[in-house]
Amino acid sequence: MSERLRVDPLLCDAYGHCAELLPEAITLDEWGYPIIAPGPLPEDLLADARRAVSACPKLALRLESQRTLSPPSRRP
Amino acid sequence: MSALLQQYEPEQAVRPRLLVGGASTTLAEHVARHGPLPRIAGRAHDAIDLIEASGLTGRGGAGFPSATKLRGIARGKRTVVVGNGTEGEPASAKDVMLMTRNPHLVLDGLQAAAEIVGADESYIAVASRAAAAALERATAERADRVPPAIVQVPHRFVAGEESAVVHWLNGGDATPTGRRPFERGVRGRPTLVQNVETLAHLALIVRHGAEWFRSAGLVDEPGTVLATVSGAVHRPGVIEIEVGTTFRAAFERCGGLSAPIQAVLVGGYFGSWLPPDLDIPLSDGALRPLGASLGARTIVALPDSVCGLVESSRAARYMAEESAGQCGPCVFGLAALADAFHAVAACEAMSGDALDRIPRLHAQIARRGACAHPDGTLRFVASALDVFAAEVDAHRRGRCTATAHTPILPTPRKRSGQ
Repeated sequence: MSERLRVDPLLCDAYGHCAELLPEAITLDEWGYPIIAPGPLPEDLLADARRAVSACPKLALRLESQRTLSPPSRRP
Repeated sequence: MSALLQQYEPEQAVRPRLLVGGASTTLAEHVARHGPLPRIAGRAHDAIDLIEASGLTGRGGAGFPSATKLRGIARGKRTVVVGNGTEGEPASAKDVMLMTRNPHLVLDGLQAAAEIVGADESYIAVASRAAAAALERATAERADRVPPAIVQVPHRFVAGEESAVVHWLNGGDATPTGRRPFERGVRGRPTLVQNVETLAHLALIVRHGAEWFRSAGLVDEPGTVLATVSGAVHRPGVIEIEVGTTFRAAFERCGGLSAPIQAVLVGGYFGSWLPPDLDIPLSDGALRPLGASLGARTIVALPDSVCGLVESSRAARYMAEESAGQCGPCVFGLAALADAFHAVAACEAMSGDALDRIPRLHAQIARRGACAHPDGTLRFVASALDVFAAEVDAHRRGRCTATAHTPILPTPRKRSGQ
């Protein structure tokens, strides 16, 4: 089962450690917040991805199995 | 089911429905007009089937099927219901109008919803003091099994997002949490958050039935809706229309257009500008191919005399400032978007730099917030650049074609302490 990286935007504080540890799958926007490459995570990046997840000081980065549905968009 | 329908009388199926007759602020006036609320206890499943058959959808903007929401919550234990009357959209006035004028209809709907999902706690969240006062007075007159607490929320755009309402009721800030209230709502309980207009329709559906509800509107989008019409019309205000009514007919209900118009904004600051084709029906089915949706039916007619870019730029700035300040792409992205858009509106983008920056910002903001605030604002800005494309060209040559500068789109200032 493939896995997918997900950032919780409410928790993320733009430390940027994730992009340093996993540049193959994570880039930073112009304000320093991570942008995750679309699609499932290639398997050879899984170990580095786990490292990036545990390096996040805000616990904002997660690895989710791909069956997890993304939450529906909410509007006020 | 049939007992729920026993008060159905076809001759009562007059239009409008929610705003029929004048105001009915007392319980006696309300019951004289609409009859008593049928008891639902023990027949919750029938009531959900009835609402499903009616095709009622949420009137707060997202348009989610009400029966699906009710059924989901009804499975939970120790549930909570919340009427959402926050109405953070500056150009919308319909919820406050409904709560002030017919508070008992909203309270009936809240009680019916509480019965259906087995709630033992209920709230109505409002920002307007007048609406809160009307609901307080009405609540005091009633002997509801689950009497609601009327809760005042801050006057902020994001305060009405359903997880923000729950956050506030839980003692936090009125900011989105990304949690889904139907899973973990008020004090962690499954919580139904339903717009107050939706509740009012629900109160009438349990009285008159699904067929009655469907006798107005379209097959795919049944019923009536409240709409707030402003801008270049003679009598701006709230009207009740059948879904599928054309823009032309809606404007006529408001005394007609007071000036030639260049565009119509539908769906407020999460919505879209449309070219002024008055024969378009007000339905999601008709608007979807145009990339628009009805939202909470906030309609603004923009006169020819003003600049659509200046108007939209001011609203974009307002939306940037109304960010809850939680998600980086929303906080920094919308501020940068408002700056770039301002440069276009102020004819400072003659080299095209600011115009080129907008799509780059779009790519960095889209789908990266915890709520719909950034994406809704992106849609609004993109539609402005599309519909006012000729004006964009003029601005690139350093020339704004506006002949009037009176603001049309409302952008309230932040109140102190909120």
